[in-house]
Amino acid sequence: MKTVVSVIGKDAVGIIAKVSNICSECNANILDITQSVLQDMFVMVMLTEIKELNCTFAEFSDKMKALGKENNLDIRVMHEDIFNSMHRI
Amino acid sequence: MINIHDIMETINMISEENLDIRTITMGISLLDCCDSNPEKACEKIYNKITRLAGNLVKTGEDIEKEFGIPIINKRISVTPIAMIVASSGGDPVMYAKTLQKAADATGVNFIGGYSALVHKGFSAGDEALIRSIPRALSETTNVCSSVNIGSTKAGINMDAVKLMGQIVRETAEITADRECIGCAKLVVFCNAVEDNPFMAGAFHGVGEPDCVIHVGVSGPGVVQAAIKKHPNATLGELAEIIKRTAFKITRMGQLVGNEASKRLGVPFGIVDLSLAPTPAVGDSVAHILEEMGLECCGIHGTTAALAMLNDAVKKGGVMASSYVGGLSGAFIPVTEDAGMIDAARSGDLTLQKLEAMTAVCSVGLDMIAIPGETPAEVISAIIADEAAIGMVNSKTTAVRVIPAIGKVKGEELDFGGLLGSGPIMDVNLNKLPTKFIDRAGRIPAPMQSLKN
Repeated sequence: MKTVVSVIGKDAVGIIAKVSNICSECNANILDITQSVLQDMFVMVMLTEIKELNCTFAEFSDKMKALGKENNLDIRVMHEDIFNSMHRI
Repeated sequence: MINIHDIMETINMISEENLDIRTITMGISLLDCCDSNPEKACEKIYNKITRLAGNLVKTGEDIEKEFGIPIINKRISVTPIAMIVASSGGDPVMYAKTLQKAADATGVNFIGGYSALVHKGFSAGDEALIRSIPRALSETTNVCSSVNIGSTKAGINMDAVKLMGQIVRETAEITADRECIGCAKLVVFCNAVEDNPFMAGAFHGVGEPDCVIHVGVSGPGVVQAAIKKHPNATLGELAEIIKRTAFKITRMGQLVGNEASKRLGVPFGIVDLSLAPTPAVGDSVAHILEEMGLECCGIHGTTAALAMLNDAVKKGGVMASSYVGGLSGAFIPVTEDAGMIDAARSGDLTLQKLEAMTAVCSVGLDMIAIPGETPAEVISAIIADEAAIGMVNSKTTAVRVIPAIGKVKGEELDFGGLLGSGPIMDVNLNKLPTKFIDRAGRIPAPMQSLKN
């Protein structure tokens, strides 16, 4: 299953490194990364394959959320299907 | 990979515009729980509900976590209990308590189906159940009740209308110490639907499968935000924008419904395409109408704006889901909608205007606090008026009014949570419809041709 990790917040040094670090810790494979600045906000979107995760999905998601809290960022992990179903017919 | 703007749009809808799945509702048939011994029947009911819905809440929470979309309520609807009382007998309240016990065991927010369908007349069990509603709603907290008193094909059962006026009043009186909350869990329908996932009117119709999953979406905030971005659009363009937004919201409902159905091993029923408001700011149907250009919800122009909104939501949603059903439309529950509450407080939104609005949207006079002194026959007359609109227009209409015992116009009721709070609205009590209601009998089914 693929998930979309989205990071929204103020731009700072090392955001991608920190997020990738958790991916690596949990054995989530990063398939694609896009980043952009939208309305003065730093936005990074990462597509990850999590079928070989070494922890549960909930733990992976909670770790990301905690990282977001520490760094004042909004980090979400969401199943890619939600975006596919909403934006593709 | 999916476009970053699309991803941001979805995230924005959830985090800023209150997009959520209002409810996953599991419909369960209790027809096979009948027994010659009522206690045995209750035991079967409890066992069947807890067996089928044991994982409902957990599954809902798992989906919520994985997809990152809030699922506000998990609910159960069951076969109208009057049918079970008819064959198994016993005190109907015992069944209400069994439903409450099952709701506690499964952890759901509401369980609906303490219901009777009497649009043409009372059969065994119906009257006993209706008369027990005040007690049942007073002695339980999560059980919801509904009674269908009319339909386009059968006309309006005015005996039931008369009785329901008394029952609504009694329910308010018996729960007067709790803001008359019993009435917030009691709906009187005309043309009730069998697959409604929304409370308080959900029940599991007899034409439904043994067990089924329905989903109700929400999203007034998303529609409002979309309209806000186009301040100079014509109404035709606005309808297009609403359709597109409704499509996206409904796709999400379909996804969650499919996923829940797969994980629970239960067939998928319908998506209810409704704009269901909450008392939270940014989650209001009234604010959509105001964003469309009305200075306040309830003024002249409100019915036209609501008609367009309701129609565009349906048009957008229908293509997004494989099965659409339930009540599908914009809800206008006064105490559950921040904009409606304000409009009722300022006096711009009246009961008369609300009645007109119900002719063009889902569902009816919903969550309206009326003066405590309102006599039963006036409540019956309010129900009859609303049922007539539903009967003639072949649509579902309903009445959920709360007589605020001991309070007068201008004071407020506060239920808390999704049920919200609101001012007591003005009802004409100067002259009474007593003679009309006392005539009882049936209003014959209306003509379906020669429409004028």
